[in-house]
Amino acid sequence: MAELMYWEAIRRAHDEEMARDPLVICMGEDIGVAGGTYKATKGLFDKYGPERVIDTPISENGFTGLGIGASFLGVRPVIEIMSVNFAWLAMDQIFNTAAKVRYMSGGQLTAPIVVRSPGGTAHQLGAQHSARMEKVFMGIAGLRVVTPSTPKQAYGLLKSAIRCEDPVFINEHELMYNLKGEVPDQEFFHPLEGSEVVREGRDVTLFGYNISVHWALQAAEVLSKQHGIEAEVVDLYTLSPLDRAGIAASVSKTHRAIIVEEAEPAVGVGSEVMAIINEECFFELDAAPLRVSAVNVPIPYNRQLEKAALPAVKDVVDAVLSQVAK
Amino acid sequence: MNAADKKRLLREMLYARRFEERCYEAYVERKIGGFLHLYPGQEACAIGVMEAARPGRDYVITGYRDHVHAIKCGSDPKVVMAELFGKETGSSKGRGGSMHIFDVEHRFMGGYALVGGPFPLAAGIAKAIKMKGDDDISICFLGDAANNQGTFHESLNMAKVWDLPVLYVCENNMYGIGTRIERSTAVVDQYKRVCGYDIPAAQVDGQDIETVHAAAKTAVDHVRSGKGPYFLELMTYRYRGHSMSDSNAYRAKEEERQWSKRDPIIILRDRLVEAGELTAEEYKAMDTGILDEIEQEVIPFAESSPEPKVEELEKYVLAENDPWVHGRAQ
Repeated sequence: MAELMYWEAIRRAHDEEMARDPLVICMGEDIGVAGGTYKATKGLFDKYGPERVIDTPISENGFTGLGIGASFLGVRPVIEIMSVNFAWLAMDQIFNTAAKVRYMSGGQLTAPIVVRSPGGTAHQLGAQHSARMEKVFMGIAGLRVVTPSTPKQAYGLLKSAIRCEDPVFINEHELMYNLKGEVPDQEFFHPLEGSEVVREGRDVTLFGYNISVHWALQAAEVLSKQHGIEAEVVDLYTLSPLDRAGIAASVSKTHRAIIVEEAEPAVGVGSEVMAIINEECFFELDAAPLRVSAVNVPIPYNRQLEKAALPAVKDVVDAVLSQVAK
Repeated sequence: MNAADKKRLLREMLYARRFEERCYEAYVERKIGGFLHLYPGQEACAIGVMEAARPGRDYVITGYRDHVHAIKCGSDPKVVMAELFGKETGSSKGRGGSMHIFDVEHRFMGGYALVGGPFPLAAGIAKAIKMKGDDDISICFLGDAANNQGTFHESLNMAKVWDLPVLYVCENNMYGIGTRIERSTAVVDQYKRVCGYDIPAAQVDGQDIETVHAAAKTAVDHVRSGKGPYFLELMTYRYRGHSMSDSNAYRAKEEERQWSKRDPIIILRDRLVEAGELTAEEYKAMDTGILDEIEQEVIPFAESSPEPKVEELEKYVLAENDPWVHGRAQ
């Protein structure tokens, strides 16, 4: 098993799928000659040429729509949107066309595109380059949303997403492209639906996704070593559809739930997971579920303010302690 | 074009007119719901352009005023009407409605309700055609007002940069919903806006189907020969409001009267009569035949078809039984 960085895992998935199927293409800003802002398509332009590795103009709605149109005829476009903030510009085509065309055509057409984009806050990129948009995507019928927390998931989710008949949005993270992790040498396809218990525990469940899985794991270590509390950590790699059974199973075991999310709390992953807990296993709870979320502000530039706007490992630990005390 | 072709086109335009007028009645009778955008006045555009292309083989995409485009591509009018009636036998199984007619078998890739939405989709269809090496082309029909969307400019730019086989047809009826073009658009002649993308463009009378056909032939040949995109502007007029919910109060009666003299059906009919290729009786019989067909076949089919099942409400949201959703061995 090789250790790959997150970007290398994504690059490998692209490469394998493009080698297999001449209808797989990738497109986006600076992904070709320049190899991609996060190197996710490095070297592919030389290998597959400009017809299949397409440097697009800075026209997010336009090139996303173009990819969707091509997908109607069987082309499998992997569209990189350089920053999720720019995906707002492509929302018309993603929501109004890709997510709805199968339904409104009575099943005649489908848009099997993959849109990959880094979300999350990085370091001092300011309000317009720090959006966390997963909450927006996950509320749309007809669109699958996944979010890898490890290189293995980044590889396997992209592989499955390219093959899947549905449009899939993959929410990556600006700060995770250099994260290292083991990826099996053999080809594999990660499920697009489900969740994974990444740390077993008995006292409380910490739900995370993408970068917040790592925060939850760090908090679980602190809780175990310093407080004797064994937290279970569940990785919600699928944000749409959320894994109702997986969420209920863990809460039914630990009887306490905290959702750790990098985004603002309103109408988000946390509020949705709480609703599922209410619907599926309310009477299993020993305490009210909590959310550890960002503060509801546009992300500020100042380093100290930026840090204050985002949840930290300590916030997760404190939330667990306050919940256990009740 | 010989006399038989011209007569056939006359019948197709008259059929489109009667079909749309019957839709109007069905809407008033509340058999059709939602929004309904009708085509009378513009028949020579879709029918004339497609006559120069390969209906059913070339890919066509358009906005929400889409019934006639679908029928010209080969859709069965009964199935289109059933869609308007919201029936399971409709082209989109009652899930789409008037604005979302689809007939992929005849390569009618859909009607879309976001103004300007189809521009990049058409370029993408052209990209796929080019990758596959086919000699099909992608044809996108939209109105003048769509050209004020960003997608117009983004798509023309990409189509030219990548030399895509796409024909953009602008049906310029001079109104964007209820706002006249001079009040919303800096350059009224739409073909002039395209020169910024170095794409060949032409503007012709959209009411004379022979003129439309000749211009479309040039456009289609250009695109099919691999020379890249083309833009064709057709000057036309819609007789009714933007949709059924539009009172049409913003247009001068005199303007409407002037345009009614330029009716595409009357222009061709009179020309055929004058040339001795059609008699008044033949025309009358043609019209009666169409009305009978619509009343005796199209409407009864739509009326008697079953509604979609409520149990199937969630069908078609996502692919069914897609194995890749569950991943595979690691």
